[in-house]
Amino acid sequence: MAYLVSGLFFILSLGGLSKQETARKGNIYGILGMALAILATFASGEVENFKLLIPLMLGGAVIGAVLAKRVEMTSMPELVAILHSFVGLAAVLVGVVSFIDPSDIELTGTNKLIHEIEILLGVFIGGVTFTGSVVAFGKLRGSLSGKPMLLPGRHLLNLGMLGASIWLGAQFIDQGHDQALISLLIVMGISFVLGVHLIVAIGGADMPVVVSMLNSYSGWAAAAAGFMLKNDLLIITGALVGSSGAILSYIMCKAMNRSLANVIFGGFGTAGGSAATASEIKGSITETTADEVAEELKEAKEVMIVPGYGMAVAQAQHVVKDITETLRGQDVNVRFAIHPVAGRLPGHMNVLLAEANVPYDIVFEMDEINEDLPEVDVLLVVGANDIVNPSALEDSSSPIAGMPVIEAWNAKSVVALKRSMAAGYSGVENPLYFKDNTNMLFGDAKDTLSAVFSKLG
Amino acid sequence: MKLSVPKESLPTEKRVAISPGNVASLMTLGYQVTVQSGAGQQANFTDELYEEAGAVLIDDSSPLWGEADLLLKINPPTDEEVTLFKEGATLISFAYPARNEKLLQSLGARKVNWLAMDCVPRISRAQSMDALSSMANVAGYRAVVEASHAFGRFFTGQITAAGKVPPAKVLVIGAGVAGLAAIGAARNMGAIVRAFDTRPAVKEEVKSLGGEFLMLDFEEEGAGSGGYAKVMSKEFIDAEMKLFAEQAEEVDIIITTAMIPGKKSPVLITGDMVKSMKHGSVIVDLAAEGGGNCELTEPGESKIVHGVTILGYSDLPSRLASQSSRLYGNNLVKLVNLLGNTENFTINLEDEIIRGALVLDEGEISWPPPKVEVSVHVQSPKGPSVVKPIVEKKSIFSPGVMLGGLCVLLLALGWKGESEFLDQLTVFVLSCFVGYMVVWNVSPSLHTPLMSVTNAISGIIVIGGMLFVSGSNPWIAGVAIFLATINIAGGFLVTHRMLKMFRKE
Repeated sequence: MAYLVSGLFFILSLGGLSKQETARKGNIYGILGMALAILATFASGEVENFKLLIPLMLGGAVIGAVLAKRVEMTSMPELVAILHSFVGLAAVLVGVVSFIDPSDIELTGTNKLIHEIEILLGVFIGGVTFTGSVVAFGKLRGSLSGKPMLLPGRHLLNLGMLGASIWLGAQFIDQGHDQALISLLIVMGISFVLGVHLIVAIGGADMPVVVSMLNSYSGWAAAAAGFMLKNDLLIITGALVGSSGAILSYIMCKAMNRSLANVIFGGFGTAGGSAATASEIKGSITETTADEVAEELKEAKEVMIVPGYGMAVAQAQHVVKDITETLRGQDVNVRFAIHPVAGRLPGHMNVLLAEANVPYDIVFEMDEINEDLPEVDVLLVVGANDIVNPSALEDSSSPIAGMPVIEAWNAKSVVALKRSMAAGYSGVENPLYFKDNTNMLFGDAKDTLSAVFSKLG
Repeated sequence: MKLSVPKESLPTEKRVAISPGNVASLMTLGYQVTVQSGAGQQANFTDELYEEAGAVLIDDSSPLWGEADLLLKINPPTDEEVTLFKEGATLISFAYPARNEKLLQSLGARKVNWLAMDCVPRISRAQSMDALSSMANVAGYRAVVEASHAFGRFFTGQITAAGKVPPAKVLVIGAGVAGLAAIGAARNMGAIVRAFDTRPAVKEEVKSLGGEFLMLDFEEEGAGSGGYAKVMSKEFIDAEMKLFAEQAEEVDIIITTAMIPGKKSPVLITGDMVKSMKHGSVIVDLAAEGGGNCELTEPGESKIVHGVTILGYSDLPSRLASQSSRLYGNNLVKLVNLLGNTENFTINLEDEIIRGALVLDEGEISWPPPKVEVSVHVQSPKGPSVVKPIVEKKSIFSPGVMLGGLCVLLLALGWKGESEFLDQLTVFVLSCFVGYMVVWNVSPSLHTPLMSVTNAISGIIVIGGMLFVSGSNPWIAGVAIFLATINIAGGFLVTHRMLKMFRKE
């Protein structure tokens, strides 16, 4: 009964998070649900070893709390990734321990088969989630290269690993207990390698999809654990998280006009074609200075800011907010346009702006704002590239063709802040920079924007 | 090379092919620019302005025409002007080759290259040269200005001390470039604007300009090629006429823009409809040149029938000469750019734009060009816009399919299972659907908090660990518990921290 209620709480929690107004309540529902579930498990009488349990839980809670307090909002993606890996590892461990635990031996026939398949699945999904998240974490922190690492024949390699796991799984079911344990551990090992290999091949800018995909996997792992433990709450929760992650990945993919398969197996930006597109660009780059940008901003009535990953890297969100506030004080209508895949985490930019205290009602989504762009006097592109690239719409041979983008070039004047003329993640030149109404402001976004801000006063 | 801009010889024509602002860009290509005195007079460009920009002014027609290698004009040349051409010269102007066959032949005899601004293909790359669109834009705007001039009331509704003023109701038929410009202009003056078009695809553009899109209860796709609407079935036209008849009784101003290239314009507003309109109403017929969309339109004239003013002006762009000359000049310069600079001047037939526009190739008639598929994009009146994202890839990984596949898979697994497993399966599948329903509407700004909450929630795996911590392997279970708790605490707290930051003004 308690499990049912806490399941309901979780559903309410996810529902609450769909709107800004109810989001905080949603979080509280989640906490309540979790507390109820844990208390109910305590009270069920199946748990005894409190001496071990309590210190571990307290320790975990403290570490979690410290992590949550300390983390910079710009490194949110890393935190989420590493937390996913914890769930994955926990699922693996639960799977293994549930197999070792002697209380299971009494199962026979079909039930035993089902149970063992469940264990296998739990361990396998958990394993992929674990190492995949660790790799994603490394890539997001920059300790691993963000470039996709493509081994030759990697699809075959993946297929081979999957095949080996299935074969071992079949062995596992037929074998006696001790041998089966070895098979299970090998499957676990393979799933670890597979997790690494899958994610290593995906590039940095696809991380929003990867992170939400791993989110989904961690849910499925929990659901699998629920099946093997015959625990409905785990099943419900796992399924909730799994489907929510899947939907997020789908939304992200749609925002890039690519299929999930394309992201996972794509090796994006490695195919030729950049040479062909580069030659198309006509016109020249106009450089501008912080003074000029400040002047332009002062005279504008409508200003739009399009942040990208570069803003997160330069930690420029606070300066952006200062500029916003000053301009708004002078009756300039400043708004933000956020592309769904800007940054390295779904909704990354929104969180950064929220951290800098930018009110969320002046932050708009791409679809809401594209129509208004022709009214905009000055559009600031802060460290974004592919998401404002006109070739996505104009050049059907471009690797990013068809991806919906913020149509920055429709604004009356565009200022693009960029460290250098390097191409964006997709390796595609951006014709936006060559347009007549675009001026470039080179340098670290934080420094240049601070300079602009000092001239505004 | 010498480039000449003659004064337009049609008496009603006030435009000029280039504005003084274009002279510099032509000179950087290497041209020696000559302008006929008084060419820009009626478009408010004085001779001095051209001179300051670097052009040479000439009064006499014959050297101006006779020495020019490249001639920029608006209207096709008159018979008299044809005799002035130098052999092998290049002319860029409107040509309307379908109705000017004779002219093509007589110019062809002088071995002239003729690039027709009205034949520039309507592809994305050529948008900056699309003079038809820029002129249509001007015409749409001017149509509203003319209508307001002839209309005896305000466009905008007002409540004043002297009484209430109702807003004017405007119906725009055809939401092409001209129609959209008219919608925008009438909307800006405060009128209630309704628009009708056979292509439902333009509904969004109409709405974005503040117009209301009138729909028929009738399914038929009206998009043809080249940005024009195609001819519709009889049933459709009947339904359409019924709608117009209803609207005619209600609206104050009707602006029609339905033109079919090279054909007679369809009659959309019958004499009876005009009769049913209120006294003082206005009809502006932008299709007058092709015979008019209104039965009573007299091309080129304004007249009052049944108390309704019907304007059939076919020179609307010329009535806003300065603006249209600037836009036309910019279109021209973009096309001239495609010919290269004077040192490597070439008429490159490989170029789709040039090939499409070329109606005379060294005197040979090269019209119509071989068919190329052009985009059916409807342009917005605010200058060059972009192709809407076309590629809507349907991923086979859509959530519905994924869930369905999952169900099949699990059912197959559960086939031999007993009821307990099936129960769990039911719970699982139902939860998937609940998750799907609940999460689908999450606002994108909350994706990160959602992710961290689901992350915390998936820490529920702690229960799995707790159930085994009393078993034979407490430490493995213990590690699982430890990791899961980090997750629970970390996930919820960081979500809380994030959500606290989101604030509203």
